[in-house]
Amino acid sequence: MDSRELYQDIILDHGRKPRNFHAMAHPSHSAQGHNPLCGDRVTVYLEIEGDRIKDVSFEGRGCAISTASASLMTEVLKGKTVAEAEELFKAFHAEVTGGEAPEMPETLQDDFDRLAPLEGVKAYPARVKCATLAWRAFEAALKGGAVGATVKTE
Amino acid sequence: MKAAAIKQAAFDPRRVKRDFPIFANNPGLVFLDSAASAQKPAAVIDRVSDFYRTDYANVHRGVYRLSAKSSELYENARETARRFLNAADASEIVFVRGATEAINLVVYSWGGAFLKPGDEVLITELEHHANIVPWQILRDRIGFTLKVAPIDATGGLDMTALAALITPRTKLVGVTQLANATGAMVPVDAVIRLAHAQGALVLVDGCQAAPRMKLDVRAMDCDFYAFSGHKTYGPTGIGVLYGKSAILNAMPPWQAGGDMITNVTFEKTTFQDPPARFEAGTPDISGAIGLATALDYIEALGRDAIEAHEAALTEYGIDTLSRMPGVTLVGAGQRRFGILSLEVDGIHPHDLATLLDQHGVAVRAGHHCAQPLLEKLGVHATTRASLGIYNDESDIDQLAAAIKAAQTMFAR
Repeated sequence: MDSRELYQDIILDHGRKPRNFHAMAHPSHSAQGHNPLCGDRVTVYLEIEGDRIKDVSFEGRGCAISTASASLMTEVLKGKTVAEAEELFKAFHAEVTGGEAPEMPETLQDDFDRLAPLEGVKAYPARVKCATLAWRAFEAALKGGAVGATVKTE
Repeated sequence: MKAAAIKQAAFDPRRVKRDFPIFANNPGLVFLDSAASAQKPAAVIDRVSDFYRTDYANVHRGVYRLSAKSSELYENARETARRFLNAADASEIVFVRGATEAINLVVYSWGGAFLKPGDEVLITELEHHANIVPWQILRDRIGFTLKVAPIDATGGLDMTALAALITPRTKLVGVTQLANATGAMVPVDAVIRLAHAQGALVLVDGCQAAPRMKLDVRAMDCDFYAFSGHKTYGPTGIGVLYGKSAILNAMPPWQAGGDMITNVTFEKTTFQDPPARFEAGTPDISGAIGLATALDYIEALGRDAIEAHEAALTEYGIDTLSRMPGVTLVGAGQRRFGILSLEVDGIHPHDLATLLDQHGVAVRAGHHCAQPLLEKLGVHATTRASLGIYNDESDIDQLAAAIKAAQTMFAR
């Protein structure tokens, strides 16, 4: 596979200029993700009201893939319900690990398509963890409930 | 008058490369990750296979001929390792799984028996996690103090600071001979002199030095020396701990089972002398025999020739890479040897390693099991190119070209 398919313009753009890249003063949920293999760290912050994600941001350090994935994640998660977010994660995870992505409801299809530039990682098994790091932290934040849960990729 | 000895052919990495089947099976492979694990020459692969086909049986147990033969080959391998390190006696060579197990053996057997609260163990900032974490675990159990000698601004071991940290309370100094993450050489002879002057023992982690240079543990006067077989062109799962006889003799077993006892009753068991005392259970027999073949292979190439080759190639690498805009070599002190750890502006090491792989260039990206060192150097991860006996200048050129291609792609 050509490396330009992995490092598409949108990946490089989000890798260099990540969106929603800041800490949140009073998140309702947060969690840190850590990839012990490379030392990359990401913290995901959520502001959830009722069952809706009002705001989402992240900070940390990582490669272009993990930073772009975190950045794109924050863009698609903002405004979603927790159930919709989990559905997106499930589909995204299946997509990048080479599994069968579940059927997306019409309402989420556009958001799911926005994550498509990351699909290229499935050809690079060693890099899948980079693409899923922020999502894993997001999941830990939801599950951990309180601030400060930690998830490791291995 | 006898004919003059046949002059040894000059070291030729291209010819060496032909001894390694991995390259024929992976055309275009630019393998620059020997510091993680070296490739294996056909001689080693064939020896392990032949041993299983012709001479295999368990060692030190059977009275039958095959077992005696297997035992003989296993003990011959120990003698080869003795010669490789120039140890005084083969009983000073303990076969272990690798350097990690060698260090753990010293920590749990020697440290467990002789370290007390108030004692100090000194390691350095250059160490691999394997020479940090076992000491921390034992420290938390026993309560001795673990101190760390710092690096200086250039990335080399700060010898002045080290000297000041060695006191009469210091019982052991654990030090790498060649830092795996940066390629910084450590003047271990000087460290050993300073330590011995205060009555401290010295454990040298020789993982990266053993495949690259001539070793003489007696001249060095270290008390323990550890190296891994798989980094010295031998099989995985085998390694060597050298220990001075008097020290090994005083150490209790750390793992127990068959082959390490002289008599067992339910009341009391007496133990074998070293090295058997430290080799409980069936050892990695084929691994030891394969390792001996690898060590013989290295000797046949000439260890001075290997050192000269890798030193010259390191210089070529430094020269090539330091001319490249946006490329910075991570500090390695006064002497960098065999390992080139680098950063490329604007490209994370993980992304760089993926892009280099597109050009067939295999390097390591990450913290190289030396997180505290990278933290100190102010980097989170690096890209590490490490050299072996099969590498030549064309490998460095292809690395440089691949870095350039990655820079172009990331600059778009």
